[in-house]
Amino acid sequence: MLDTLLLSRIQFAANISFHILFPTITIALCWILVFFKLRFDFTSDPVWMRAYRFWVKVFALTFALGVVSGITMSFQFGTNWPGYMETVGNIAGPLLGYEVLTAFFLEATFLGIMLFGIKRVPSKVHTFSALMVAIGTTLSAFWILALNSWMQTPTGHEMRDGVAHAVSWMEIIFNPSFPYRLTHMLLASGLTAAFFVCGISAYRILKGDPKLAPRLALKTGLIVAAILAPIQAFVGDAHGLNTFKYQPQKIAAMEGVWETEDGAPLLLFAIPNEETRSNDFAIGIPKLASLILTHKPDGKILGLNEFPNDHPPVAPMFFGFRIMVGMGVLMLITAWTGCYFLYRKKTLPTAYLKWLVVMTFAGWVATLAGWYVTEIGRQPWLVTGILRTADAVTPIAPKNVALSLALYLTTYAVLMWAYIHTLKRMALKAVTVEEFETAEPRAHGNLPNVPKAKVDTSGGVA
Amino acid sequence: MNEIINNGSDWLPVVFIGLMGLAVLAYAVLDGYDLGVGILLPMGEQDEPERDTMIASIGPFWDANETWLVLAVGILLIAFPSAHSLILMHLYIPVALMLVGLIMRGVAFDFRAKAAVDHKLTWDRTFKIGSLITTLTQGYMLGQYVMGFDYSVSSLLFCLLSALGVTAAYSYIGATWLVLKTEGELQTRVIRWARRAGRAALLGVISVSIINPLVNPGVFDRWFNYPLVMFVLLIPAICFLGFIFNDILLKRLPKDNDRHSALPFFITTIIFTLCFSGIGFSFYPYIVPGELTIWEAASARNSLQFILVGALIVIPLILLYTAFSYHVFRGKATQLDYH
Repeated sequence: MLDTLLLSRIQFAANISFHILFPTITIALCWILVFFKLRFDFTSDPVWMRAYRFWVKVFALTFALGVVSGITMSFQFGTNWPGYMETVGNIAGPLLGYEVLTAFFLEATFLGIMLFGIKRVPSKVHTFSALMVAIGTTLSAFWILALNSWMQTPTGHEMRDGVAHAVSWMEIIFNPSFPYRLTHMLLASGLTAAFFVCGISAYRILKGDPKLAPRLALKTGLIVAAILAPIQAFVGDAHGLNTFKYQPQKIAAMEGVWETEDGAPLLLFAIPNEETRSNDFAIGIPKLASLILTHKPDGKILGLNEFPNDHPPVAPMFFGFRIMVGMGVLMLITAWTGCYFLYRKKTLPTAYLKWLVVMTFAGWVATLAGWYVTEIGRQPWLVTGILRTADAVTPIAPKNVALSLALYLTTYAVLMWAYIHTLKRMALKAVTVEEFETAEPRAHGNLPNVPKAKVDTSGGVA
Repeated sequence: MNEIINNGSDWLPVVFIGLMGLAVLAYAVLDGYDLGVGILLPMGEQDEPERDTMIASIGPFWDANETWLVLAVGILLIAFPSAHSLILMHLYIPVALMLVGLIMRGVAFDFRAKAAVDHKLTWDRTFKIGSLITTLTQGYMLGQYVMGFDYSVSSLLFCLLSALGVTAAYSYIGATWLVLKTEGELQTRVIRWARRAGRAALLGVISVSIINPLVNPGVFDRWFNYPLVMFVLLIPAICFLGFIFNDILLKRLPKDNDRHSALPFFITTIIFTLCFSGIGFSFYPYIVPGELTIWEAASARNSLQFILVGALIVIPLILLYTAFSYHVFRGKATQLDYH
């Protein structure tokens, strides 16, 4: 039988992994919706409204999954990690409180108007509601990442009798890793939503949708992805340098550096071996890791052996990091190739559209891999240097945790199936049904470089 | 955790227990009506239009309603962290079940409108069952809280009673909400449901109010303490009158021009408020009955002050835009104009 600690960790990982999938889409998708709505308000071109109407339905579904999976989280601290709030409750409490107060109510209330109020309020009020939802989702990310970053790099507090007390709230919120982690996550959301929009739009086009709206959405998604992907590479690098400074053991695990090295190689592949404390089958580029992290070919990188019993497990870090970076590179190439097709050839080949469908959830893979790296990289600490994960866990019997875990996993499996299945249904339905009954869209003249619609072929490829 | 141990003069924990009470009450009323609507869904095949209208009446609101639960648990977590751990560890399994219930109904709401037609009934069932699981577990947890987390047979029977009572109360407020939001044949139907649910809820309230002081000596002393008893017994008295008056009123509905159709919902809200103040009055200043007072459980002053500033600025804004949302969606529920 697994013990309560491991079961609770699996349960928390399952809950938070399932939850983060949906906000990662909705944070940025809402801004894309605001963009569609604003374009409609300014141009009065109904095609923008059609794009909005389809995507707002997808948004509503995704948002609902995010809300219900998020409610679970607020109970987890008390049920499974009582030591967490007992030790750092004075810091974590207010940050979570501000998230509920400034973000949750804002998004939940205006979502009602955004979804159902379009005929009940003036268009401007409706656009304003969409904007409020977008601000709400982003504020939510702000607060929760402030707390997460504080757990990684705690500052602005003092310990009294083993309990953290706030000294400076500004230092707590704007702790050293927060600006990097927030930017990195918001960009990740942008990329995830962009590929999500591209993938589903490409699916509609492949299924023979002759309309302009999916092509417009696809173009929007591609441009957003093409702009954000290189920025993300840059920000990710800066985040890495920040981690190197404040959490060197995390970087050592990500790079598979066991012994402190001057001029460490960048390992392209290896199998880290915790037994022998070395890497098997390592293939690397000499000195590149040092060059990236210290900007000097012979820069020193602290090895894992400098942190006896105080570093995270190496293999998940090592592979997680490579999966994230690999997906990032793939997204960059995909987005730029797509933009090249659009601007040079004014059309997208079928094979490319199929590839976009494959990439629909690429952002999920990269985001999860990235979060695993940063969260496993915090171990064995729950709050770096303040509270060990093992000391925070509940004294509840393992069988209770096993039961709740089984409940959650079953629910999540059903929900994930239903979510993907329903997305597919909605996309297929949109192929034949018009989202919005208005006059014919104008000629494409004012919408340059949209992949061309071929009404006459069932293949319907742009 | 607490800098001022057992110091009854500190006012911050009192403010926070007040805020938490408000959040719980807002949750019970607001999510109460949408849970109630979920429980009341008729599942016959010919009832599909009714189900559509009923769900349309809560469509724009349920998400914000549920947020009050997050706020209530949030305040418990922020202001009284040790009570949060203690209560939630005792209620581990019912909390997990409730969350699954909440998940089921939350997603069913969206899936039913978007999934294939042949799956719609399945999602409607999920919605109804999810709502039932939620209300039953909440009632069970209320029972456990009142009983001081006791697992003897008699106490479990009480929890069962409480689970049924809370479910009846939620159905009651859900039905009265529907009286306000529907018209025609459906309205006649929901008026009938409202009367039945009201009587069941009255039974539940009476039995809980009799058993609670009998098993908790502290609660008995609190209520039957001369001369205060003359004043506080007004709470159950008005509550009882509310039930009776509402029943008579419902019998006379619907009236011409839909007069007084909003009244049952407001009376039910008053009944909820009274019942809730009764529970609060029974246990204050204990946050875990008989174990932990609000001062013993409170977080550091500095943290409470920091969040209080935000709460005082933001909560009026929340109330303002919530009111705006109810204003936008005033009137009878029509077909769900999705977007």
